[in-house]
This record gives sequence, C-alpha cells and structure tokens, in this order.
Amino acid sequence: MQNLEELRKKFEAELTAIADNDQLSAFWQNYLGKNGVISGLMKQMKDLSKEEKKEFGKVANEIRMWAQEQYQEKQKEVKELEMAHRYEKESIDVTVPSKDIPAGNLHPISLIRQEMVEVFAGMGFEVWETPEIEDDDHNFTLLNVLKDHPARDMQDTFWLSDDFVLRTHTTGGDIHVMNNRKPPIKALNPGRTFRSDSDATHSPMFSQMDILVVDKGINLCDLQGMLDEFVRKIFNKDVKTRLRPSYFPFTEPSVEVDVSCFSCGGKGCPLCKGTGWIEILGGGVLNKVVLENCGIDPSEYSALAAGIGIERIAMLKYGINNMGHLFENNIDFLKQFKA
Amino acid sequence: MKVLLSWLKEYVDIDVTPQELETRLFGAGFEVEELKYLGESISKVVVGKITAMEHYEGTHLQICTLDCGEHGKDIIILTGADNVFVGAHVPVAMVGAVLPGGFKIKERNMVGKMSYGMLCSGEELDIPGTWYPGADVHGILILDENTEIGADIVEVLGLDDYIYDISITANRPDCQCILGIAREVAAFLGKPLKAPALTHNETDVTKEEIKVYDEAYDLCPRFLGHYIYDVKHFASPLWMQRRLASCGMKAIDAIVDITNYVLLEIGQPMHAYDLATLRQATVFPRRAHDGEKITTLDGKERVLTPNNLVICDAEGPIGLAGIMGGLDSEITEKTEEIVLEAAKFMRDNIRKSCRALGVHTDAAGRYEKGVDEFSVETGMARCLNLADELGVAKIGKTKFDCSGGASTKEREIDVAVAQVNEVLGIEVPTADIIRILESLNFGVSEKDGMLHIIVPRYREDVEHYQDIAEEVIREYGYDKIVPRFLDSAKVTNGGLTQAQERELAVKKLLCSQGCYEISTMAMYSPKDLDALLIPEDAPERNYIEILNPITENLSIVRTLLAPSMMNVICNNIKTDHDGARFFELAPVYLPKALPVTEYADERKHLCLGVFGGNEDFYSVKKIIDTLAATYDLEFVYAKDEVSYLHPGRTASITCNGVKLGYMGQLRYELVNALPIAEGKKADTRIFIAEIDYVKLAEQFSDTIHFVPLSDKESKSRDISLIVGKNVAVGEMIAAVKEISKLASEVDLIDIYQNEKFGFGKKSVTLSIKFATEDHSITDEEADQAKAKVAKKLGEQFEAVARA
Repeated sequence: MQNLEELRKKFEAELTAIADNDQLSAFWQNYLGKNGVISGLMKQMKDLSKEEKKEFGKVANEIRMWAQEQYQEKQKEVKELEMAHRYEKESIDVTVPSKDIPAGNLHPISLIRQEMVEVFAGMGFEVWETPEIEDDDHNFTLLNVLKDHPARDMQDTFWLSDDFVLRTHTTGGDIHVMNNRKPPIKALNPGRTFRSDSDATHSPMFSQMDILVVDKGINLCDLQGMLDEFVRKIFNKDVKTRLRPSYFPFTEPSVEVDVSCFSCGGKGCPLCKGTGWIEILGGGVLNKVVLENCGIDPSEYSALAAGIGIERIAMLKYGINNMGHLFENNIDFLKQFKA
Repeated sequence: MKVLLSWLKEYVDIDVTPQELETRLFGAGFEVEELKYLGESISKVVVGKITAMEHYEGTHLQICTLDCGEHGKDIIILTGADNVFVGAHVPVAMVGAVLPGGFKIKERNMVGKMSYGMLCSGEELDIPGTWYPGADVHGILILDENTEIGADIVEVLGLDDYIYDISITANRPDCQCILGIAREVAAFLGKPLKAPALTHNETDVTKEEIKVYDEAYDLCPRFLGHYIYDVKHFASPLWMQRRLASCGMKAIDAIVDITNYVLLEIGQPMHAYDLATLRQATVFPRRAHDGEKITTLDGKERVLTPNNLVICDAEGPIGLAGIMGGLDSEITEKTEEIVLEAAKFMRDNIRKSCRALGVHTDAAGRYEKGVDEFSVETGMARCLNLADELGVAKIGKTKFDCSGGASTKEREIDVAVAQVNEVLGIEVPTADIIRILESLNFGVSEKDGMLHIIVPRYREDVEHYQDIAEEVIREYGYDKIVPRFLDSAKVTNGGLTQAQERELAVKKLLCSQGCYEISTMAMYSPKDLDALLIPEDAPERNYIEILNPITENLSIVRTLLAPSMMNVICNNIKTDHDGARFFELAPVYLPKALPVTEYADERKHLCLGVFGGNEDFYSVKKIIDTLAATYDLEFVYAKDEVSYLHPGRTASITCNGVKLGYMGQLRYELVNALPIAEGKKADTRIFIAEIDYVKLAEQFSDTIHFVPLSDKESKSRDISLIVGKNVAVGEMIAAVKEISKLASEVDLIDIYQNEKFGFGKKSVTLSIKFATEDHSITDEEADQAKAKVAKKLGEQFEAVARA
C-alpha cells in the first residue's frame, strides 16, 4: 500500500512536467499502456491473499480511474497548449492593407436618383423610361407649350431636326405615360434632360424626375402632402415645404416648391441665403388642356405633376459646391459616395 | 423688368417698406431678382455753395471756400476743375464720404495745402447726363442755383429711390410695364389703382389725305392711327428722362421719348411716322411679297417672304411691323406732322419673323410676349395725353381704328365655385373669391354657386376654372393649402420592374469589383470619334447632329460610349491618378432616319474603362466574367479587331451565339496621342470594353430552375499538353467539351512557356471533370475519356502530351 501512495506521487510529478504530445505518448506507454506501471498493478495481485486482493484491487482500481482522469485532463491541456503555440507562430500583421482592389460605388446622381425613386416606389409609383430624343408634340405642344408661344423661350432647346429635340424636361414622358395607361396613374419619369445653356449653375445635360398622379379628386393639397412626405424622407423628418406662385404652361395653378432649410432649420444660413427656404422643384395641378390632349376627361379626373432637378437635390443633400464635379468624374470626387 | 418705385407710386399708394413690397411681390408670383437703392453707393455728399475762390499760385488748383450749411460754413477744398465759380452750387463729398466704387474721401495734403473734401463731377457720382443736366460735362457738376445748401445730394439728384428688377413669367405679358405691376400691387395691398391720365385736347384740325387701313387682320388684328401736328423738338422733362434712364433707355427728343415712355409705362410699343415721308400720306400693314426687300434702321437690307408683316406707304414697305422701322421714316428734328401708330401684332408671327430675319429689338421683344387690346387703346391715349400735356404736339382730329370687325371686348367665362375649390383642395369662401377677383379687376356676378366672370382684356392668359383657381390662391395665400397625402388616390402597385432592378444590380456588381460609375455628357464631337480612329464607314459615324450646338465639343449625340470613357480616363491621368476602374451604363442614340423624323433607337450600352499598372487584359476580363458568372451566362471570347484597340489584345464577347461587344487594350499610338505628360505615357495601359446592354439583358434568365443534385460520382483528371503559343486556350477548352460528352467542367490549371518545350511552344494544363447523370464514373472510364481527349486535342491543335 505504501508503494501505491508513492506511485501516485511519482505519477503526479511526472505528469505535471509534461509539455508536449510526444512526452505525453511516452507517459501513456509508461503508465497506462498495456505494459504500463498501472496496468501492471493488476498483475501484482496474483501473489496476494483473498482479503488482500480485495483490498488492493479496490485501491488499484481507484488509482487507475484517478490516473486516467488525470491523464485526460493533461491531454486536454497539452492540446490547448499546442494550439496556442500554433496560433502564436502563425500570427500575422492584420493591419497590412488587403491586396484586392477596393470596391467602387455608384455615381452620386445614380445614388440620389435611386433614393428618390425608392421613396416614390414605396408610395406605389411605377418607374418609366421615356425617349430622350423627343418629338415636338411630346416635349412641347401636347404640354400646352404651343408653337411660337413665349413659353418656348423658357427652355433653351437643342434642336435635332424640324420636329425632334433633345428633350428639355422629363415632363414629355408624362404624355407617354398617359397615352399608355388609364387612370389611376402614379408614375415617375426620371432621366437625362438637355438645354442649350452652360454656366456655373447650368449644364447642357442634367437630369430630372417628373412625378405624375392622375386620379379622381387630385388637387393642390395632394401635391403638397406628397412632397412633404418626399422631403422628409430625403432630407430629414423636420423639414416641410412651402408653395409659391409660378408659371408652367402645363400646370395651373403652377407652383415653385421650397423646402425649409435642413441645414439651419429655417433660421437662415449661407445654404438658404438667409431666407430659411431652399427652392427644390416646380409643379402644380396639371392643366386640363394636357389631360384632354391625352384623351383623359378632366371632368372625371384631375392630376398633379412636379419636376425635380436631380443634380440640385444631390448637391443640396451631399453638400457638393460645384456642379462641374458631377460631370468631370474625378476619382477623388467619385469615391466619396459610398452608401 | 425694371420698376422704379417712385413711378409705381404714381399709380398706387404704397404704405409698406420697399423690402416688404419685395416680399409681397414674391408672394404674388413676381420674383424680385434685385432690389437696389439708387443712392446706396453715395454717402455724406451734400450741396455746397462756393463763397470764395482763389488760384493756388504755381499749381493748376483752385482753393475754394464752401458753405455747406449745417455741415460747415468755411470748408476749404481744392479742385483742379476749371468750370467752378463763386456762387456755384456743387456736390461736396465731405471728409468721410463714400462715392460709387467704394471710393472714400479723406482730408489730404495737395501740394502743401490741406483739402477737406472733394467737389464731385457727374461721372464721380455715377450720374448720366440724362439724369441731371450737366452731369456729363467735363468738370464739376454745377447744380441748379436754387438747390438748398446742405441738402443730401442723394435726394437732390433723385437717387432717393428704389429700383426693382422683377422677373415676369411668360403668362403675364400684361405685367411687363409699370401699370401692370401697379395693378398687382394695388390688388394685394388692397388699395385703389389710380388710372393713368388718358385725356387730351383735340383740335379741329383734320388731315383728309391721310389713309390708314389694315390688309392683314390675321397678323395685325388692331391698328390705330392718330394725326398730330405742330410737333416741337426739345428735350423731354427731367423726370421723364430719369425714368427712361432707370430702365436703360436714352432720352432723344420729347416726342420719341414719349413713345418710349408709354412702352415702359403702359406696355404698348408706339411708332411715330413722319407724315412728310409717307408717300400719299398712306400707312398700313400687309404681308410682304415674296422676295420683297427693305432696308431697316440698322442699315441692313432684308429679303422678305409673305410670312413677314410689313408696314407700307403707298409705294412699298417702310418698316418691319413691330420689329424695326425703315431707314426713311424716322423722326427727325425737321418733323412737323406725325401719324402715331399703336398696333396689336400677333406674337407668333413676330417671333417667327425675328428668328427668320435674325433681328431683335425692344419693341419686338414686347410684341413677342404679347400685346393686348387694352394696351393698344390705353397706349395711344396715354401717348396723346403726354404729347398734349407737355406741349410737344397738337392733337388733330383725324384718327383711325382698324379692327377688322373682330371683337375687342372682354372675354366672359362661367366657373363654378366648387370647381375652383376642387382644384385647390380647400374651401375658399365665395365672398373671398369674389373679393379677390374684383381686386384684380375681374367683373364677377354669382348665382347658385356659379360665377359669371368678365376677364379684363389685358388678361389673355385667363381661360378656364384652373386659371381662376390660380388667381384666387395667389391672393388668398398658398399658406392656406392644407397638405394631405393623396387621400383620394387609389392604391397602386408601383416599384421597379425586374429589368430595372437587375440593371441596378449589375451596376452594384461592377462597383463591388472596384469600378466607379461615371456619368458623362450624351453629346460629344466628331473629333472624339476621330481620336479613336473610328472608320468613316463605321455605323458609329451615323450620328445625329445638333442643329444649334453651344460648342463644337458637344455637337453630336453619341453613338458609342468609349470616347466619353476615354476622356474621363485621360482627365484622371492628368490629375495624377495612377489607376482606376470605371463603368458607365447609358444609352447611345442610333438614328432610324436622318434628318430625324422618328424616334431614335436609344440603346443602353455598358462601357468599362480600366487603367493602371496592376491591370492587364485578364484582370479586366475577370470583371466581365464575374458579371457572366453572376447571371449564369457563358461568355465566349474570340480574337477581334476594333479600330482603337491593340490588334493582339482584343476580344469579341459572345453569349449564346449573340455578339454582345468587345474588350481590349487601347492602342499605344492612341496612348501616345493623349494630352497627358510624356513621362506617364510609357506606363499607361488602358483597357476598354463596350457591351450592348440591351443584347446582354436579353440573355438574362427570368426564372431559376432547380436541378436535383446528382448522386453519381464524378472523376477529375488533369491533362498537360504542349502546343504552339498562338493556340487559343479558349478554343481548346471548348474543344474538350466537344470531344467528350462526359467532360462536364473544364478548368485551366496553368499555362506557361519554357525553352525546354521548344521555340514558340507553351504548356497548357487543364483539369477536366468527367460526370454523367446515368452512372458513377469509374477510374477506368475517366482514364479512357482523358486519353481520348488528349488524342483528339493532339490532332486538332498539334498538341503533344507533356511528360
């Protein structure tokens, strides 16, 4: 019995000293293997009396159980240690930049256009794509901009032939919509537009999004309510719109729509030029003449239409200070629009 | 349009500040682009009287002593001007004064003598001669001797006034004059409008031989003539000259000034014909004869067509109606008798004529916007009133009014109150509607919710209930609109179509591969096609030209995106960027007929542009292949020729037998021709791909079909072959699939050249996966299939198995 206690101490001491898997296997062979010391204990029993056998067997069995447990614990410890070594050895500088080309992004015009489209898509608007090379009828005449009317001077037009132009606005798209859909209609017409005008605030090509609603009982209150919803989504929840009189041949009444300055909250700042309001779009109740031109009975239906300059919204929202940037496509500019 | 506040006040009592008026105008739809106080750039300049004067020996200066009343009695000021004299009243800029241009006056030492201020010339005060007599003379401005000493020069010179520059919308030609704005101001301030003085004393003198008639009522529905005589020629009164000057018009002679004054005040262009120059005392409008010629005031001879309206005397045209007079009928200082004309010419015709003849004048500008019956009559009456009042001429009895029988009466419309409120969406009380319309001079009577409205003759824009609704809300206030969220509209199913969604997804996929989206002009120059060596007979040369381009650089509508992409890449190299990936998804515009008589084919293209030291053909190809793989498409590449691309590094891109486009490296000659620094050219490699997105989109599948997973085993085998270096690996891969129907996937493992393979040879290693739905592939079967592939490839590509 004395021996057993010594064995236990020796076992413990050796096990504690073990540091790797190789030592551990050797240790296993030494003690717990077929010919190991602990397995050997059972062989010693044959020389003992029945009483002693019983006593010894019990203790030896306890030691065996204990030793296996100890060993397993050590085995776990060694595995963890080895893994830790491996991790240590394999550790790298995680701050080294990746070799892959970093992701690009959409052009800010696409980005804001998409954002605007989604606001209206959520309200049930369809998105239309209508011709950029447009005929006189759709760009002007059917919109109540009659030949040789002074309203034609409102838009400097690029002419392609006697009857075709680069469209001056996306409003002509509304005619295509009304010719192809029966009310109720909710349609968007985003796209490129063109004017023969080029200076610090005008580009010969720019983009607009026309918004058209044709249904029963549509009126000026709907226009403002819809636009309030729009500006709150695009700018922030606290802004509101203001209507003021304007003129477009295709709407009556016509309004310019200002949004309360989202930068200063309306107190006045450089962005809103101290007025508290920023002009963002034009619109109105569609002139009944336009409905009639599209075969829609104005005594049954009314409509609202509005046109938004997409560049303007992008510049306002992102704080872009120079319209030229939008068409230069300098990489330092482009890469700022991750979203 | 420029509006002088003091002039406006002649027609309406304005009891609000000039700034408040600006706000009110804005609210009524008249945006004030600029509000300027005329005296704003002058301060501390007062009237002084020279009480003593002595020559400063040895200089050209005069030492003047000035009495400036409350500002100082004995102020010493030196001046170099030689038109001053003792007793003269002159503008004195005191020490501390500011003159136009921000020029500040300080006391200063002039050749050893202190001067405490400055005597001013008209020029120094920025006053034209038409504003104050003598302001244009060289030297000090000598004021009227009755001018109060010490008075502020701003008031003395009539600069204590405001000028509004108002932008007038195209529907309101009636507001292109002082009276029109006054009507609006009176309405929103709730003040009565003071009518302009329109009366005159008519003498009994007639001129029987004068004949005035109208031969083109369609183009000139109203033509008034009035005989005036005993015309005196003198300068018009100062107040009139100033008002003309405030609108940028030069004073000429009283009678001419009156016609210009009436244009500004009433909005009616007037014309005065010297009776002595009218042959047979005749004047009338008619359409020009084809090929008829006229020499206009500007000395140009113009050839006319029947689309041009001319004013004629008995022998021929003497002026382009409403646009410009002829060379001979001008008023001169010898003119004694005049036929005054006030006419309504149709604006469409004036516009067309101006464009066709390339001429533009103030009068034409006014006619183009639209002149109404009211202003024709009022303009004539006001002109006669002023001529009579100012003693410029006597008003004869002979007069004409040619109207062709067309109605010159007011338009009458019936509008339901309910219709007005339906447009607005709010309930404006009927009484308010009536009050507002009446304040705008509409005649209104109401019965059972119906309004019978008499529209003022100058409001030709008002035609139906929507126009009335606008008038009402303009005055009632847009702030009364109660926003509501499309309450009456039906729910509709909106959103993007699948094609629109996919287009966005394609863009984002390209972004995720490091590409930045660009946005370029849809127009460029034929030179941009030249730069890419696009052949003269290429379809891209069939472009639409802009008839009125603003610059040659943007003179055609594009047929290819690559030139725009090249410009972007070039600009980025110039701004010192050493690499980037770009794409643009935008239409090209392919005409179906030239000149354009029908809608063009607006075809979306996808253009990829890549440059930079780490890029090569295959890194760019990877972008395109990833696009294909994402949508489960198989792109086949084959050697191709494109004018601007490297002849050995250009590939066509085909999918399901449809050619989608091409990709390749830009030719070195073109890189060398780029306007970039020479040093950068050697390192610059540019890759361009241009893909017809419409054709690509047609290849996309709309549906996904699941194929059950196979439980049959496949086997892979590698095969290494040595082939000529010009053998296309893509063709080898395609061939493998042809050779063995078991070859389900073929991947390129590696490809390299080594001299041990022999000159002009390369090694190609392919991994082939053999599989079939019928059964599991055995090793034997795989080996047999591999051997077959090796043999056939050997025959087809002169390939030798690598040891």
